[in-house]
Amino acid sequence: MAEVFAGADNIITSLGFTTSENIKNIKKGLTGLDISTDEALSPVPLPLSLIDQHRLVSSFEQYISTHHTGLINEDFTRLEKMFILSIHNALSKTRINIQDKRTLLILSTTKGNIDLLTPPLEKKFERKRVYLWELARVLKDHFGSPNTPMVVSNACISGVLGIIFGKRMIKAGLYDNVIVTGGDIITDFVISGFQSFQTLSPEPCKPFDKSRNGLSLGEGCGTIIFSSDPAIIGSNEEIRVLSGACSNDANHISGPSRTGEGLYIAIRNILKSSMLKPEDIDYISAHGTATDYNDEMESKALSWAKLNPVPVNSYKGCFGHTLGAAGVIESIISLYSMKQNILLRSTGFEELGVSRKINVIDKFKEKQINTCLKTASGFGGCNAAVIFSKY
Amino acid sequence: MSLFITKYCSIKNNQVSINGNIDFTFKDSFEFGKFIRAAYRYYKIRYPKFFKMDNLCKLGFLTAEILLKDQKILNSYTSDEISIILTNSSSSLETDEKHFETIKDRDHYYPSPSIFVYTLPNIMSGEISIRHKIKGENAVFICEKYDPDFIYNQAKLTLGKERVKSCITGRVEYYDNNYESLLFLVEKENNIKDKNVKSEFIIFNVANLDEIYKS
Repeated sequence: MAEVFAGADNIITSLGFTTSENIKNIKKGLTGLDISTDEALSPVPLPLSLIDQHRLVSSFEQYISTHHTGLINEDFTRLEKMFILSIHNALSKTRINIQDKRTLLILSTTKGNIDLLTPPLEKKFERKRVYLWELARVLKDHFGSPNTPMVVSNACISGVLGIIFGKRMIKAGLYDNVIVTGGDIITDFVISGFQSFQTLSPEPCKPFDKSRNGLSLGEGCGTIIFSSDPAIIGSNEEIRVLSGACSNDANHISGPSRTGEGLYIAIRNILKSSMLKPEDIDYISAHGTATDYNDEMESKALSWAKLNPVPVNSYKGCFGHTLGAAGVIESIISLYSMKQNILLRSTGFEELGVSRKINVIDKFKEKQINTCLKTASGFGGCNAAVIFSKY
Repeated sequence: MSLFITKYCSIKNNQVSINGNIDFTFKDSFEFGKFIRAAYRYYKIRYPKFFKMDNLCKLGFLTAEILLKDQKILNSYTSDEISIILTNSSSSLETDEKHFETIKDRDHYYPSPSIFVYTLPNIMSGEISIRHKIKGENAVFICEKYDPDFIYNQAKLTLGKERVKSCITGRVEYYDNNYESLLFLVEKENNIKDKNVKSEFIIFNVANLDEIYKS
């Protein structure tokens, strides 16, 4: 069976439009979370990580003027522009042909073009554009892909699930290359919902910290290219996707398990199938939303899996919870950490505030990272975990 | 690895069918709410949480309920050996619109957690998981139409894992009173306890998924 390698990538968030720009800003200690007073988004001021819309439009105009002169900016929604720029940027670093039948696009999103429920005045999009398969079709047609994209919409684990199912399809020989792209935008739709749950923090979120006070939302898009052929994916270092699994808490639709069993099951399964022991894991990129219950649940699951000593961080303090994009964006930064053998500080963390003693990264460190565990959990009781490895 | 469809259940046009045979028909109204409540009562289900669910979840929940009724899988497999792979076209659009109604007028702004939580299609697999204590692989995908190739490939890949013994898979679609569900229970040959009845089972392949949907 084919091995699956992780290759070129791209991140678009408030911290930048490329992976390197994002990483540079994270290393500087910057956070993309900034207090927004935009009443169209929220009746009360709130920390949000929002993409610079002028920059998105100008970047997109530059892109179409170079590559697609027949198109105009108004042909695409905000989210579609993010997806197109992200996919284009990641692909341009590889020798993969998206128009090849052996290449599949996987789209991970929770809400897609949800802003079209209130159509923008300047351009009316067809009603069907709110359907996630139509969003996928727009991207398929734009890039000329011959295959119907796979669309994953599974709450906050959508991004990690895209990687897991993409890996399975390459391994089974259904495709040679898979482009996993995850994206979501922040509108009053999502903000009001999380506000109704009273889970939003008034300050930028502080995952795993004693004084954490809820999550922060962010928008973003991330793209990673996977392939069975490491020579064509634009990466100098061979990093494999070893194993992935998902699970359900079977406990509550909007609250995480109190015991951590669901996440533990996913972690246990992938350690077993990749024949690894807990001590083989060098670094964990956790979900870490900074809600009381989520972080507590994760500490229990990691502890149950005997992963307490392993350095762990959450990137939610950098650009908030980017929903369907989160698993992809956070995997990209984890892959970067592996390539550079560095551990990035868990932004917002000062003092451990979960019941199980876990090793949250409080400052930048150098460390040989050969194997990394990425986890995610979400509404509906879903959990996912994936292992990246240099071997 | 041979895979078999050991049972399937569909709900559409005011009818519930089990293994292709009509099992319940409702003639009083073409309103989904009335039909699904009548079916709930007909199958003597007692699960008060059902009434809190949105229509998509009600449909998925009830289809799974009838699919798993009298089946041994819940006893013969552990909770993490059963997987759920679902597809749908409209995601949670109906509830999305309902949530949007609660926020579009800032003078009447009343977002509600009990609506908002249903603005994700995978809440449906969450509800099924909670009801039957299913903790295995769990994923929801969006496909414009019923797609037998997609369902076959993803369920087969999931069942390719040694730890996964059975899969509840298919399609559950609901939007604006238009609805249709078709769920299959798929099991591995070597796990099917009663060897004698094996000949009655349908081979899990694209042709059969296609034929069952069309019939």
